[in-house]
Amino acid sequence: MSGPLLEVRNLSTHYVSARGTRVTRAVDDVTLTLEAGATLGIVGESGSGKTTLALSLLRVLPPAGRIVSGEISFEGEDLLRKSNAEMRRIRGKRIAMILQDPMASLNPLFTVGDQVAEPIRVHDGASRRSAWSRAQELLKAVRIAAPETRVREYPHQLSGGMRQRIVGAIAISCEPRLLIADEPTTSLDLTIQAQYLNLLRDLQRAHHLALIFITHNLGIVAKMCDQVAVMYGGRLVESGPVARIYNAPAHPYTRALLESIPRLGDSRTRLTAIDGQPPDPAALPGGCAFHPRCPKVMDRCRAEAPPEFSVANAHTSRCWLSG
Amino acid sequence: MKGYILRRLGYSLVSLFLLSVTIFLFVRVTGDPAVLLVEPGASKDDLEMIRQQFGLDQPLPVQYGSFITSLLRGDFGQSFYYRTPVLELYLSRLPHSLLLAGAAMVFSLVVGIPTGIIAAVRVNRWWDSVGKIFALLGLSMPSFWVGLLMILFFSVYLGWLPSSGSGTLLHLVMPAIALGWVFAAAHMRLTRSSMLEVLGSEYVKLARLKGLPEALVISKHAFKNALIPVLTLAGINLVIMVNVAVVVETVFAWPGVGRLLYEGIAFRDFPVVQATVLLGGAMIVIVNLLVDILYAVIDPRIRY
Amino acid sequence: MNDSRSATLTLAWRLAAFRTEGFPVIPTAIIVTVALVAIFADALAPYNPELGTLGDRFRPPAWQAGGSEKYLLGTDHLGRDVLSRLIFGARVSMIVGFTAVIVAGFIGTVLGIISGYLGRWVDQVIMRLTDTWLALPALTFAIFLAAIVGPSVNNIIIILAAVYWTRYARVIRGEVLSVKERDFVRLAVVAGCSKWTIMRRHILPNVVNSAIVLGTLQLGVVIITEAALSFLGVGVPPPQPAWGLMLADGKKGLMAGYWWLTVLPGSCIMLMVLSANLLGDWLRVKFDPQLRQL
Ligand SMILES: Nc1ncnc2c1ncn2[C@@H]1O[C@H](COP(=O)(O)OP(=O)(O)O)[C@@H](O)[C@H]1O
Ligand code: SF4
Ligand SMILES: [Mg+2]
Repeated sequence: MSGPLLEVRNLSTHYVSARGTRVTRAVDDVTLTLEAGATLGIVGESGSGKTTLALSLLRVLPPAGRIVSGEISFEGEDLLRKSNAEMRRIRGKRIAMILQDPMASLNPLFTVGDQVAEPIRVHDGASRRSAWSRAQELLKAVRIAAPETRVREYPHQLSGGMRQRIVGAIAISCEPRLLIADEPTTSLDLTIQAQYLNLLRDLQRAHHLALIFITHNLGIVAKMCDQVAVMYGGRLVESGPVARIYNAPAHPYTRALLESIPRLGDSRTRLTAIDGQPPDPAALPGGCAFHPRCPKVMDRCRAEAPPEFSVANAHTSRCWLSG
Repeated sequence: MKGYILRRLGYSLVSLFLLSVTIFLFVRVTGDPAVLLVEPGASKDDLEMIRQQFGLDQPLPVQYGSFITSLLRGDFGQSFYYRTPVLELYLSRLPHSLLLAGAAMVFSLVVGIPTGIIAAVRVNRWWDSVGKIFALLGLSMPSFWVGLLMILFFSVYLGWLPSSGSGTLLHLVMPAIALGWVFAAAHMRLTRSSMLEVLGSEYVKLARLKGLPEALVISKHAFKNALIPVLTLAGINLVIMVNVAVVVETVFAWPGVGRLLYEGIAFRDFPVVQATVLLGGAMIVIVNLLVDILYAVIDPRIRY
Repeated sequence: MNDSRSATLTLAWRLAAFRTEGFPVIPTAIIVTVALVAIFADALAPYNPELGTLGDRFRPPAWQAGGSEKYLLGTDHLGRDVLSRLIFGARVSMIVGFTAVIVAGFIGTVLGIISGYLGRWVDQVIMRLTDTWLALPALTFAIFLAAIVGPSVNNIIIILAAVYWTRYARVIRGEVLSVKERDFVRLAVVAGCSKWTIMRRHILPNVVNSAIVLGTLQLGVVIITEAALSFLGVGVPPPQPAWGLMLADGKKGLMAGYWWLTVLPGSCIMLMVLSANLLGDWLRVKFDPQLRQL
């Protein structure tokens, strides 16, 4: 296929409070591109808008969320122009997503098999029985032992790692082209984290999946991704090939992130080494949103928000220093 | 879980004990209990006899001992008016009460659940306001007044429904609505808040991300989970309905336990009044216990 | 002239400001009006509410055929003026409602504070008792008490207070548990204040808001219960005018279609209860966000 798999142009998503008085610019003017089969890491502090960006791509926002402008083109089709019914046929079928919290992602009242078989039945019109046996295969594919008994069990009978694998099985059940994984390992313990990341990588190779991997852990990005995009206060402040960004970061925020990378193996440490508080997206500072914390801040940064500058081929940065 | 059930059982026993003490003490400390326990218009000698019979001159703990032993033997005293054991009377009226409460429950759920769901799915819209007004009215209109208004409209003006009595399905309609009205409002409120909580959950989000049609997301993934607290409340409310039906049963001359209580007041038949309160309280304590145990059994996530 | 005008303007501005915060103007106005009617009942009522003219029985309201200017809202089965009875009924409702709520609030708050602050076995005893009384169906319990002590306005108040103090005790106890961990209470303990002083001077002021909110929310329930008791004949004794009693009397004209005897007293009850509920809801959200889940 010609052209990239996913192209997002100037996407903005806001949360509007019930009375319309408070607007949170959770995603602001985001542009990114992803090739088929490639892996993009999205990094940022908690509250920087990563989850909102992901949910915007699938148009599954909470009631307060609105996509206010921009374009999302997936396999050449404009997702923002699709009807709800058309969008529904894309979700789970062509783009799948793994949510942040594996404990809460499964419905406590239905069996594992039922929940894994559900997308197959809805999208492929499979019969109950064939969907059920396919569900067993999928459990095997995510390396769950004794799938024939597991399908009949309820979520509370399973461990956290097991549940997260099941969520993974649901995600790949209809062989999507793109998988979005939103901090899928944050709540798992270390060994299980590593296993899960291996599993994701293997699944990606086996099914030629494109992967958007959301995390606040730059160490994981280095292991998993080809491309990385750094988010701050709803904006992409820097993006480019992983190797380039790790060796020659252009944005002061990225640089600070890299300096605060946790030591090997200690991948759970939060990004706390940067001075100052993460910004409140409902009341972002004017100009460059990073300026209150930036060591290189200039007068211009306070007055004017920097545009996206091209630093090198496929490497952009939103900082006046890159201009 | 066993420990949890045992602890709940212990609490319930303490509650039942305190309940009997409360009722017992109220009868003794407020004036002369003999006056209450004797038939209206009885002579001085009769009063004296009652004092002897109930040992009212003995110390309170001794009196309580004999009071509780008769209760445990199922002896709630003799009705002055009907001249039969009160427990028998009570049990003969209970089926009517349960029928009425059951019908009222059906009404309250049939009205409360769908409106609650609609109010939750259409947050902050026109429907939600309608739901709020409906819920407020439900809580502000006394059930017996709703009953009287219905009699005025459907029996007197339109002549569609019988104004009192029992026997046919038509007789059941108005009492059930009058009794169920307040509960419909309560069930609506709870359905709405429970549904809102479930709709914001991660598993509903995942159901949407799977590409399920919205109707299936709501009817399968959200509805069932949202229903659990509503049905729990409904279980407790059924018993409460039996006990608050007294006014509605009086309005419609429905022959349930509530009507028995009213007759107890009207005929100054104190043993009947005392038994109704005791049994009503005990029923509520026991149902609360059952619901808690059932919860622990159904939902293994509860491990206190 | 100028002064009074600016005073009116200020008042209007204040009311407007209240409005923007969602202050329930109409419900408050209704409660205040009913209170005023109750206070000035003697001046407002055209007739003695307890005396009827037997020749004027079941007169419909003035605007209906057969009605007369003499009785604006008609008469009942004893020929008593409905308007006068409604006006004096407001007095009974207000007295019973407010007094019962205040007495119940007092008992419940005191027990809640003692239970929460002293803890241990005192807490156990009070809370078990609260649970048991909460389990008793309120209306049946009230009827039982009424059957023991007999009907009178004073007894009704005592009964309603005895039935409804439990809610306060529960909620206030919960609040006390968090208040007693705060620094100023610790300081008072260190400073050697006695337990009673601490409860009165330091704890009480911090839970009184919740008690007021709860009281407003209970006003409606208490008024409905009073009406139900009077309707059943164990509440306000006849011939005193009470709205619930009027509904019971109204049954005598119900099958004949004398609607005013049923519709009017019930509407008064509903308006009062609705207003109390709306005001209570507002107070709850305004002063006590923690009570929201009640
Ligand atoms: N349902 C919502 N309503 C209002 N604001 C929200 C909602 N969800 C998220 N937000 C706000 O949007 C911002 C971005 O949130 P999110 O996308 O979850 O960030 P991240 O995933 O990077 O932690 C946060 O400030 C958050 O407060
Ligand atoms: S634009 Fe200015 S404040 Fe923002 S990151 Fe660059 S130097 Fe720092
Ligand atoms: Mg997130």
